[in-house]
Amino acid sequence: MYRFSIVGEYLAMAWAALKTHKLRSFLTTLGIFIGVLTIITIFTTIQGINEYVIGELSNIGSSTVYVEKFPWIIQGDFWKYRNRKNITYKEYRALADQAQEADYIAPRIFTFKTVKYHNEAYERVPVIGTNEQYKDTDNVNPDRGRFFTQLDVNRNHNVCVIGHDVAQNLFKEESPLGKRIRVGSQKYMVIGVNEKRGKVFGQSMDNFVLVPIGTFQGATAGHRGMAVAMAVRDVAKLEDMKEEARGILRRVRKINPGDEDDFALNQQDQLTKAYQSLTGTLFAVVFVIGAVSLVVGGIGITNIMLVSVTERTKEIGIRKAIGARRRNILAQFVIEAIAIASIGGVIGIVFGYIIGNFVLSQMNLSTGVSLSSIFVGFGFSTFVGVVAGFYPAWKAARMNPIDSLHYE
Amino acid sequence: MLIEVKDLQKTYYLGDIEVPALRGVDMAIDNNEYVAIMGPSGSGKSTLMNIIGCLDVPTEGTYILNNHDVSTMSDDDLAEIRNKQIGFVFQTFNLLPRADALHNVELPLIYAGISRGQRRQMAREALERVGLGDRIHHKPNELSGGQRQRVAIARALVNNPAIILADEPTGNLDSNTGEEIMEIFEQLYKGGNTIVLITHEEYIANHSNRVIRLWDGTIQSDEITKKT
Repeated sequence: MYRFSIVGEYLAMAWAALKTHKLRSFLTTLGIFIGVLTIITIFTTIQGINEYVIGELSNIGSSTVYVEKFPWIIQGDFWKYRNRKNITYKEYRALADQAQEADYIAPRIFTFKTVKYHNEAYERVPVIGTNEQYKDTDNVNPDRGRFFTQLDVNRNHNVCVIGHDVAQNLFKEESPLGKRIRVGSQKYMVIGVNEKRGKVFGQSMDNFVLVPIGTFQGATAGHRGMAVAMAVRDVAKLEDMKEEARGILRRVRKINPGDEDDFALNQQDQLTKAYQSLTGTLFAVVFVIGAVSLVVGGIGITNIMLVSVTERTKEIGIRKAIGARRRNILAQFVIEAIAIASIGGVIGIVFGYIIGNFVLSQMNLSTGVSLSSIFVGFGFSTFVGVVAGFYPAWKAARMNPIDSLHYE
Repeated sequence: MLIEVKDLQKTYYLGDIEVPALRGVDMAIDNNEYVAIMGPSGSGKSTLMNIIGCLDVPTEGTYILNNHDVSTMSDDDLAEIRNKQIGFVFQTFNLLPRADALHNVELPLIYAGISRGQRRQMAREALERVGLGDRIHHKPNELSGGQRQRVAIARALVNNPAIILADEPTGNLDSNTGEEIMEIFEQLYKGGNTIVLITHEEYIANHSNRVIRLWDGTIQSDEITKKT
């Protein structure tokens, strides 16, 4: 109770002192304001972009691994990757036959084709050849009709599942189910229409035609776009599955122990990690810029507090004469420095938040309050206040009461 | 005894040169005395006042105030003694210029850790005792010299100190106002307070009951001037 009330007194003293030198207090707090403004603006903006990007990336299932020729993120020498062999149908078969850990394995080849129905034509549609397990590796959920079955795949039935956009463009009001569409030179019967998925990074996820892999031209002849999607139900088993798949492929490809893989096992977290390391660097740069202006602002506070302590020598003498202890004087001036710094900090937080959200709204991203950035901004400015105010306050606390009483 | 001073010495050093300000002062002041300490400048009366007021410590000798041996205390302990045992009244008032009368009087109570409500109450009462009940929200520059000194007296009183230590309290006032201020000390004394007055004016010293004269850092005379 006593402690609390005296902190209130210090705040009142600080406020009174700042009010008597309004312009000086304002100019002093400017450095902190700019530092916090920088940090909060960039923080809010990056956080908004992050939320969007991570959200979009999570559309790629986290329990699926794609065995491909190229890694998604290429670091270093591209030519090393370019000379790699394609993933072949034979290798997919080896994985499908030998892998124990994977719950679902689906091959995937794709090409762009024009898709036609009566007079309607839809150009450059991604056509994907795969098997019935693709439903689980890539989360395909037809809301009309069904997905193809193992039988459809084994017997090379000319059936297809189409994306929401394809259905709308070719069939308008008509029901696509049971209709035959022409994909390139072949005809397929539509047996399912996938639910609407929406967009990722502005790209429609509903523009595709899925067909059994055996009906896809040249599927078994070493198609260069082949990939194998492997998924587990329990994410905890993901690493085991990857290790097993790596072992199988290395055996099939006869890679010597000690040589590196000549294929890639891609998964969502590679993209997330690459993105995070990019923004992490950006964060660090902004942090340094903000920190520099906070340090400069802090020096300004120290400077002005030293002036203030000298000007108020007599006040310090009076306070000491009537019973202020060293810690009372110390606390008074440290709290005054904290007050200057946090006023700049609070205004910086408010403006940084406004500017950050303005930038986000210009980018059509959702805006938001980041509590952590507020804590960071406030914590930093308070910390600067303590550090900047300590030396002047300590100087004030050590003053001799007799000398300071007679100071004019 | 309220104040017991034995063989008090204070030496200042200007570089290598020793400047003795007090060279062995012995005195005792009892509760509810009204003592004037007199002496020309350089006699050591300011040094003695600083030590009695616990603003400074002696080089040699002991000083017992209200059963506390203050001659060897640390800065912070002295601050606490000043806060609880001593009420200062200065020649130049020494009020905080930007604080109103009430806040100035409250100040010692803040450092004593008394709650806001109680503080306000006590400060208001102290201001009423010195006849400034209607000026509590005036700032020092809105008050006359006499009124400022009354605020200072209220501030000295508010903590119920063992002694009120007044250093030339009328030095900056005209003689009429000075008399009014001395009237207040008279009343405080009659109300049971112990007052130690430092002055070089005979007519001010005449208000007291006992006069101690200093000369060259020693007590020249110590006499009871009025019987109570």
